[in-house]
Amino acid sequence: MSDIEARVREIVVEQLGVNADEVTADASFIDDLGADSLDTVELVMALEEAFECEIPDEEAEKITTVKEAVAYINSVQS
Amino acid sequence: MIYSKIAGTGSYLPEKVLTNKDLENMVETSDDWITERTGIKKRHIAEAHQSTTDLAFHAAERAIEAAGLQSSDIDLIIVATTTPTRIFPSTASLVQEKLGINSGCPAFDLQAVCTGFVYALTVADKFIKSGSVRNALVIGAETLSRIVDWTDRNTCVLFGDGAGAVVLSASDSAGILSTHIHCDGSYNQLLHVPTGPGSAVTSDAAYIDMQGNEVFKVAVKTLSSIVDETLESSGLEKHDIDWLIPHQANIRIISATAKKLSMSMERVVVTVHDHGNTSAASIPLALDTAVRDGRIQRGETLLFEAFGGGFTWGSALIKY
Repeated sequence: MSDIEARVREIVVEQLGVNADEVTADASFIDDLGADSLDTVELVMALEEAFECEIPDEEAEKITTVKEAVAYINSVQS
Repeated sequence: MIYSKIAGTGSYLPEKVLTNKDLENMVETSDDWITERTGIKKRHIAEAHQSTTDLAFHAAERAIEAAGLQSSDIDLIIVATTTPTRIFPSTASLVQEKLGINSGCPAFDLQAVCTGFVYALTVADKFIKSGSVRNALVIGAETLSRIVDWTDRNTCVLFGDGAGAVVLSASDSAGILSTHIHCDGSYNQLLHVPTGPGSAVTSDAAYIDMQGNEVFKVAVKTLSSIVDETLESSGLEKHDIDWLIPHQANIRIISATAKKLSMSMERVVVTVHDHGNTSAASIPLALDTAVRDGRIQRGETLLFEAFGGGFTWGSALIKY
């Protein structure tokens, strides 16, 4: 697991108040981890803070799993 | 040097209450859904015969009494409202008449939506500091139920009616330590009523329209930056704040701001569960609630912060 993925998982656990073993790469924040729409906004804000980037709303809407979050962060950091 | 201090507080809520259960019968929603996303359990709604003026008047009378003054001592009235009783004259004029004030004191309304009370407090503070006014009546009053689309489940669950007021009086020592107000008009479409008496003719309905998620995100970011700005300007630290009295829009925004301030929720005055979002009325309503139940004591340091349509945002740091 990359450092980025490990950090994303940590943030998801903290923001959504779920157990680390539930946070698989493909678990959907909303359907599998019980996030509501405001949770996902807060999650994106926490990712922006942790990785020092701005995630535009139209991109944020597409980030629904850890895998998608990691892919987005990799794309802006490379 | 003349300063201003909060001499008295008052508030008024209409008797009629609308619970989340009541709303379940009006739109497709649930108590759980509303509670989880907003923290709101009930809100007060003005009776058909009650106007914003009536709510403002009752809150004003209580604030003047708490200040140990008479109506005739008031020499400035500012009403912050998004829902004025009439297009004109101002609600402040109507409140002046109801209070029986015939001194000719200035009275006007101020519109900064949910930040309206912080704006009005800022303006009144400057009148007092300049020496032109001794006792200012600052009111936030709303009948938002009149501009809510009661068929829109995303917004109709959020708002309530009410009024809060403070009397600001001239003082030798600092009560209001600093105020900070801002606006960024480029966000005007995210939270608005899309029409008004001076609009170009459109078919837009005169109801609140909101892009909830975007508003939430900008609100949380902006409120944490204004808290930093306020503390920096005063040289105070986070732990010097005894009470945070935020605009009561949504418990999730309030909690996020408290977290940024490293404040425990026990030091945050929360009324959103009982009042809903009463826009310009929410801070003075929360302040009066916590003053009257004995939580807020003289000498304590208070931080007001608000965010609303415009976007407007602002804060005030106060030695009560």
